[in-house]
Amino acid sequence: MMQRTLRITSYVAILLVLLFVLMTLLVNLTPLGENRWLRIFFSVSALNFTLRASVPLILGALCGILCERTGIVNIGIEGMMLAGAFAAFVAKTSTNDWPLTASLIFGVLVALLVGGLMGLLHATFAIRYRMDQIISGTVLIILAGGISAYLFDRDAVAQGKFGAIAIPGLSQIPVLGEVLFTNPPLTYLALLLVVVIHVGLFSTRWGLRSRACGEHPRAADTVGINVNRLRYMNTVLGGMLAGLAGGFLVLEAVGQFQEGMTAGRGFIALAAMIFGNWMPFGAMSAALLFGYTQALQNELLLAGVTSVPRQFVSMIPYLVTIIAVCGFVGRVRPPAAEGQVYEQESGSE
Amino acid sequence: MNRSALRRTGQLLLVPILAVCSALLVGAAIMWLFGDNPVAAYYGLWEGAFGSPRAWSTTIRKMTPLMLTGLSVAIAFKAGLFNIGASGQFIMGTVCSVAVGVNFAGLPSVVHLPLALLAGVAGGLFWGAIPGLLKVFTGAHEVIVTIMLNYIASLFAAWTVYAGGTQGQTPGPLWDSTAGAISRTPEVFVSARLPWIVAEPYRVHWGVVIALLVALLSWWIIFKTTLGFSLRTVGTNAKAARYAGMHVHGITILTMMVAGGLAGLAGAIETLGLNHRFAPEFTGGVGFDGITVALLGQTHPLGVILSAFLLGALDAGSARMQFSSGVSVDIIQVIQALVLAFVAAPMIIRQLYRIRKPSDQAESTLFSSRWGRS
Repeated sequence: MMQRTLRITSYVAILLVLLFVLMTLLVNLTPLGENRWLRIFFSVSALNFTLRASVPLILGALCGILCERTGIVNIGIEGMMLAGAFAAFVAKTSTNDWPLTASLIFGVLVALLVGGLMGLLHATFAIRYRMDQIISGTVLIILAGGISAYLFDRDAVAQGKFGAIAIPGLSQIPVLGEVLFTNPPLTYLALLLVVVIHVGLFSTRWGLRSRACGEHPRAADTVGINVNRLRYMNTVLGGMLAGLAGGFLVLEAVGQFQEGMTAGRGFIALAAMIFGNWMPFGAMSAALLFGYTQALQNELLLAGVTSVPRQFVSMIPYLVTIIAVCGFVGRVRPPAAEGQVYEQESGSE
Repeated sequence: MNRSALRRTGQLLLVPILAVCSALLVGAAIMWLFGDNPVAAYYGLWEGAFGSPRAWSTTIRKMTPLMLTGLSVAIAFKAGLFNIGASGQFIMGTVCSVAVGVNFAGLPSVVHLPLALLAGVAGGLFWGAIPGLLKVFTGAHEVIVTIMLNYIASLFAAWTVYAGGTQGQTPGPLWDSTAGAISRTPEVFVSARLPWIVAEPYRVHWGVVIALLVALLSWWIIFKTTLGFSLRTVGTNAKAARYAGMHVHGITILTMMVAGGLAGLAGAIETLGLNHRFAPEFTGGVGFDGITVALLGQTHPLGVILSAFLLGALDAGSARMQFSSGVSVDIIQVIQALVLAFVAAPMIIRQLYRIRKPSDQAESTLFSSRWGRS
């Protein structure tokens, strides 16, 4: 029964995606594009915005997947992201006189480092000090907000950000080339990481071990896997991904830092992870959907649609997130040992 | 109080007290590291919180909403739920109480004020009921739902007071039409305001008494009634509660509603007692601070009173601190995060100060359930 429902759902999803692609091609290549409403929904700018809005969600969701697949609940993605964003900003502003690319890459590296440190903090709280993992995540969020506001120099300006790189050949394809193959580097990197983490989780020894720790740590321990070390490692890696998401916001999307600039993206990423059933590609699809709702919001505002108050338009991404979480939680399955402290049996050290 | 009870209370208070001290020390280290003077900062903080009658009144004013949002989070914790949505519920309470407060001109105060307070409670109640219902009927985890509802609530509130746009957007229903381009509500009628206990310049209103009474009432309900017993059982072991014939789903929904109602009451009191109007910048982080208050108070209603007092003092002193020592108020948020970390992981404190753990206490405290259906 469950299988059949799932199969029908995926057929419907594929059908919808095909329909969407068809509409996009029609709107952007034929006179159908004259229609204002169709342009709001299917124009190239809406799709570009979708991808841009999705990148931090994709990276955040990957962070969540890495942590939760090994059994560490991470609601602190928002805080890790904010810390990464702030670190990238500080790194970028202090190296404004470097060549632009070097300075930007330095910003990315610092964002990765600080994100990783936040991951380490979370893992230490959760594993060493056995803190409730949801509270630990909350600590990260408050801490990142406080530290970044305390240290934020409001006069500092970051000069320059990553520009789009057109992939030769592929970027010439109409519509598709413009949307997929003319993007700044971190966008490509995020998409690449989805593949890497999928392969890593499901086809490597590390992935099998990680998943074992999340499903049945005692069994993993019995066959000689160091559960807590793996949990530390994956949480740090996850933190780096969330840091990268923050770096993306500062170095590629906005170009500057603002207090609280992550604006709930970490939580939406978390919802994307659940919606995507703790699978990298599933999470990416969910992130794209959420990104699309943000793009719609943006296009509606740009098109000057005033019949709906803009505050209600801005609610769309949050509402869609709630609906997604409600509709899918029953059908997806979180890792079984998530959120539980694992104590090695005495004598096994 | 006999001696063993005294000792137990002492043990209970030890970790929170050490947690606060350690957080202040680490905060000082951070300030020193970044070139600020922690001594001057803490002196300013103390002056601003307790240095004068004026400072005391600010502390009392600041602790009032914290007490209620702290209770909101604490009660949810007692039932194993994490209400991270107190700020959304606070906002809904504010909006609803203002909606009543700026309407119904000529109503006598004995009717108008309770009506406005109740409207605030109802707003929060409704906003808290949503995650409760969704959790029970769809399995959606309350953490994500309440966070999303926070954003939705602040957007909704912003819409109600929206001044309208240059492109001919219609202004929101509660907008003060005399305010020009400023987005805010008119002031609530005098009949809907909470009276002052001590008037200007101290501005202490009756809200603090209401909050204290509500805290005592929550203590009584949680620890002295059947309902409270069921609530605590659901929180410690939902399966056992179900076997014992308790209505787990009903309690989940009810708890979230009560938690929402408390946060809503906080919003109503803050508006009717102090601000007398709503503007989008009033929302603040009182709801989020509620988490720290609840955990610092060991999720006990009486502990919440103490911790709300402490965090209220931190908040009250911060402005003076920035003014007199030049240290940014944002350091207070860092200190709060540290307090939260230290109380949520008593092991850190125990290891730092080499305290033996009380034998009857479990070392790892799990407040909330994981994703998915429990």
